[in-house]
Amino acid sequence: MKDKPTMNELSSLRPRRPEDGLGPNSDIGVKLRALYGAVQDEGIPSHLLDLLEKLDESEARARGASEGHSAKGQK
Amino acid sequence: MSSELNADSTGFKRELLATLPSLRAFAVSLSGKHDKADDLVQDTMMKAWAKQTSFEMGTNIKAWLFTILRNEFYSQMRKRGREIQDSDGAFTERLSVHPSQYGVMDLADFKKALDALPDDQREAVILIGASGFSYEEAAEICDCAVGTMKSRVSRARTRLADLLKVSGEADYGPDAVSTQVTTQQHLT
Repeated sequence: MKDKPTMNELSSLRPRRPEDGLGPNSDIGVKLRALYGAVQDEGIPSHLLDLLEKLDESEARARGASEGHSAKGQK
Repeated sequence: MSSELNADSTGFKRELLATLPSLRAFAVSLSGKHDKADDLVQDTMMKAWAKQTSFEMGTNIKAWLFTILRNEFYSQMRKRGREIQDSDGAFTERLSVHPSQYGVMDLADFKKALDALPDDQREAVILIGASGFSYEEAAEICDCAVGTMKSRVSRARTRLADLLKVSGEADYGPDAVSTQVTTQQHLT
């Protein structure tokens, strides 16, 4: 009887970060993720998305300019 | 050549965009306030964009961005001095519209307990428990040894469990009293 671990014992031996106590069965872990998830799910404020577009556009412009330059230089 | 460069830049933008929700949640947990957190994310995006040539595609962009944000947060805090942390009042309201298996007050209490932790323990337990980093990654983000990260998480967990137990016991108080009353009624 003692030589074979039961299914419960086996599942509790499953490796996922055994010692941190923040796994799916931990109250603290679940609440941490609920709180964090609440912020994640709010969506990104539009001014931050606009900033990303602006950064991308200004880089594309700079790249376009320097490409024109180096193309001339190579010929 | 130019299309290759273009693809790289698009890849960087896409990965940055994909990381933003988690990065912003970490910023909220560090600064304790949504408006400050958004400023912090904005500064981080600009820094990251300027430094993107030093980032190798295919390596861990999430850890890289978290490191930049964390460094930015602590360097701003050093410059401005520690401001009085008043708690994010709007947050409880925000929570109330978020569907969750927990009651709003339950999570609000948990946030209070989290806010009561020392900074290093709070960020450790969030990086490991919520952001999904390994101890090795979290140690690199916080520029400390892996063993230090482990002990911070462990202390944070113990402290949180203590704080939650105390508030949990208060919740069960009325039940305990009514149980006693019922028992006494049966006896008489």
